[in-house]
Amino acid sequence: MLEFSQQIVNGLSLGAIYALIALGYTMVYGIIKLINFAHGDVMMVGAYVGFFSITMLGTNIVVAMLAAMLLCALLGVLIEKVAYRPLRNSTRIAALITAIGVSLFLEYITVVVLGPAQRVFPQSAFPIKAYNLAGLTILNKQIFVFVSAVLLMLILQYIIKRTKTGKAMRAVSLDMEAAVLMGISVDKTISVTFAIGSALAAAAGVMIGVYYQTINPLMGIIPGLKAFVAAVLGGIGLIPGAMVGGFVMGLLETMVSGYGSSLYRDAVAFGVLIIILLIRPTGLFGKNTGEKV
Amino acid sequence: MQEKKNKSWLSFLLEVIVLVALFTLVQYALTVGLINQSYQINLVTMCINIILAVSLNLINGFTGQLSLGHAGFMAVGAYVSVILTNFMEMPFIIGILGGCIAAGIAGFIIGVPTLRLKGDYLAIATLAFGEIIRVVLQNIDYVNGPAGIVGITKLTSWPWLYWTAIITILVIVNLMNSSYGRAIISIREDEVASELMGINTTKYKVLAFIIGAMFAGLAGVMYAHYFYIIKPDTFSFLRSFDMVVMVVLGGLGSTTGAVIAAIFITFLTFGLQKYAAMRMVIYSLILIIVMIYRPQGLMGSKELSRKTFSRIWSGKK
Amino acid sequence: MNLLEINNLYKSFGGLGAVINFNILIQSQELIGLIGPNGAGKTTVFNLITGVYKPDKGQIIFNGKNIAGMAPYNICKKGVARTFQNIRLFKDLSVIDNVKIAFHKDVSYSLASTIIRLPAFFQGEKNIEEKALEYLRIFKLDTKRDEIASNLPYGEQRRLEIARALATQPTMLILDEPAAGMNPQETRELMELIKWIRQDFNLSILLIEHDMSLVMGVCERIYVLDYGQLIAEGLPEEIRNNKKVIEAYLGEEVGKC
Repeated sequence: MLEFSQQIVNGLSLGAIYALIALGYTMVYGIIKLINFAHGDVMMVGAYVGFFSITMLGTNIVVAMLAAMLLCALLGVLIEKVAYRPLRNSTRIAALITAIGVSLFLEYITVVVLGPAQRVFPQSAFPIKAYNLAGLTILNKQIFVFVSAVLLMLILQYIIKRTKTGKAMRAVSLDMEAAVLMGISVDKTISVTFAIGSALAAAAGVMIGVYYQTINPLMGIIPGLKAFVAAVLGGIGLIPGAMVGGFVMGLLETMVSGYGSSLYRDAVAFGVLIIILLIRPTGLFGKNTGEKV
Repeated sequence: MQEKKNKSWLSFLLEVIVLVALFTLVQYALTVGLINQSYQINLVTMCINIILAVSLNLINGFTGQLSLGHAGFMAVGAYVSVILTNFMEMPFIIGILGGCIAAGIAGFIIGVPTLRLKGDYLAIATLAFGEIIRVVLQNIDYVNGPAGIVGITKLTSWPWLYWTAIITILVIVNLMNSSYGRAIISIREDEVASELMGINTTKYKVLAFIIGAMFAGLAGVMYAHYFYIIKPDTFSFLRSFDMVVMVVLGGLGSTTGAVIAAIFITFLTFGLQKYAAMRMVIYSLILIIVMIYRPQGLMGSKELSRKTFSRIWSGKK
Repeated sequence: MNLLEINNLYKSFGGLGAVINFNILIQSQELIGLIGPNGAGKTTVFNLITGVYKPDKGQIIFNGKNIAGMAPYNICKKGVARTFQNIRLFKDLSVIDNVKIAFHKDVSYSLASTIIRLPAFFQGEKNIEEKALEYLRIFKLDTKRDEIASNLPYGEQRRLEIARALATQPTMLILDEPAAGMNPQETRELMELIKWIRQDFNLSILLIEHDMSLVMGVCERIYVLDYGQLIAEGLPEEIRNNKKVIEAYLGEEVGKC
């Protein structure tokens, strides 16, 4: 039972990271119906920005995270403008292929510029402490990850529910044409969506740096895919769904590697994905909509 | 009418002569040692890439079902054939047939449930299945898990490669220029309308998927029996992306385009051998730029055929 | 003989009844109209008959066999063909290939003879080509056989869609707003075409249309749908003077203003 609770603690912090990344997938999908394959790689860029902010500028972890969020927000807007906007009226397959292209580009341009080797995230920026709570070991990094992720999600909820920008985002995702007629700038709203999603991914990137302590140019692929699965699990396009999905994936993964084979750890995500897609493609909280004939 | 018949026989004969001549020429060059080791590898990779691109094009281009799991079928073909030839010491032809059939069965098993999905969901599901094949191979001790199988007998030779690539092209071209091919293309064009015109779209999607998977398996067999070693990571989704690059560049729905792109990409990879990361950057830019500026690819859905040649010959446009 | 008999057909989307206890009876070679205000559920009825949607309840008996819930391609094979409100051709394919696809369900040669090019393949292709050309000739499209379907003018696209539907050799043709987007002259020509098709191809036609002159002009009997329910059926004259029908249409007009 104690071990089980320990796995839950581990799973919650990992799940918080997945949830943050999943939010970006789901927001972008909700608004332009695109699986932004490059999202995981934006997270990787965020991790690197955080890394350099700490090692070269000597900032603390919070500043590093904010810097990463800011730069990646810009990167996200840029990606959308350059690669996705020209394709807004073409087929979804074309957009998906472009997204794969952007993903590969971010990965390998990083390899070309910074080298393929992995880097160790500086320990000094975040000295690890362990707390003992009724037999459970809770690391301060777990608390940090969990608390900052939840904080960011609360801010996101506020933006979406209470601000004009959030209202515009919801309007565009419901009906783009109607939103245009209501005087909402679709381009601007999509840019904001990419900015917010990418900023969340960047925060997740810095968290992964803190959590796993190493970063490399291809680190975005697997967490990206898992977060995508989380988004699908919760019902892609649905923000609360992405949060729940992220936590479920985190818990599932720690359970499988805790009780099963760690070699199968990555296969779990794919297995879950296939099961959902085949049984309930709209996810746990999604509504079913058929094609109009 | 009689004249027309004679003419088509004549051009058929001409094609056979060209194909045999090309084969003999390269065979001769190989025998007298005109082609050095690294160019030989290039030649092998080229044929394998042609088989992969042409077969994936059947699924992605003609049927319009974006699959990102082609490397998984290649893996099945490679592993099964090596088990047959190296572990069980059967002749190469059995390995080839076994590899193709096994990949086809895998295509059936994966195709039936996933092909109900559409567009990007299908793409992701096939990617996931491809990765699951890789993870499963990693966990089977019989094939040495993540370390893979080393010391595979080199059975792939120029005649095998050349003629299997030609057969792949022929089968797909013949299939597409028929009522079955039209049924397959109609699914890409409008699945609902196709179904309402009496076409069992599920059946033909699965059929295209199985045929595509079988040829991917064939490519896997050729690969395994030339490069001495196979391991699960050889067949990760990055390899599937390689194939997608070829199909997209050539033009979704053009066999000619797939062949040209496969040759081009092979030479590009060869030229950038020392700069593996740079190669991937170029690949990624190809994907993005082609999709933005020429989403139909180099050839679109056009084909180079006898008709095109005779048109060029007579100076008509 | 009863060609199509629908009993108590019911379909709801998200708890909302789109088609509620719908009944219809069509004899062979009848020309029937289905009308009703926007959103009355007319296209849903067509989608249920052709198998695009599965009905929640009810029977669709076609040629003495219940086809409710069957796959669309099987329903097509039973002899029901249709066109669409917003034309759905195979846009990037040639005009003749669009029609050829309709013959695939009766393809005479096997996959194996396709791949190794046996004589059966050449013979079969020749037959398909000839038959397809025949249909193009009937609809005056044979001169455009190699043009890409999406490059045809609107009226010809509509004709090609009807040609393609007829090429499946149906005993019942279902037309979803065939006159949409046509001018009065084209509509008159279409009326003649519809009558002629029914005569020449020996089939029943069921059509949805908003153009009242067309419906009243060609249909022998008319069914009226409102809010998913049948509110009237009868001869054109009766429908024209039916209180409920007038109300349904006026109600819509008032609502629009």
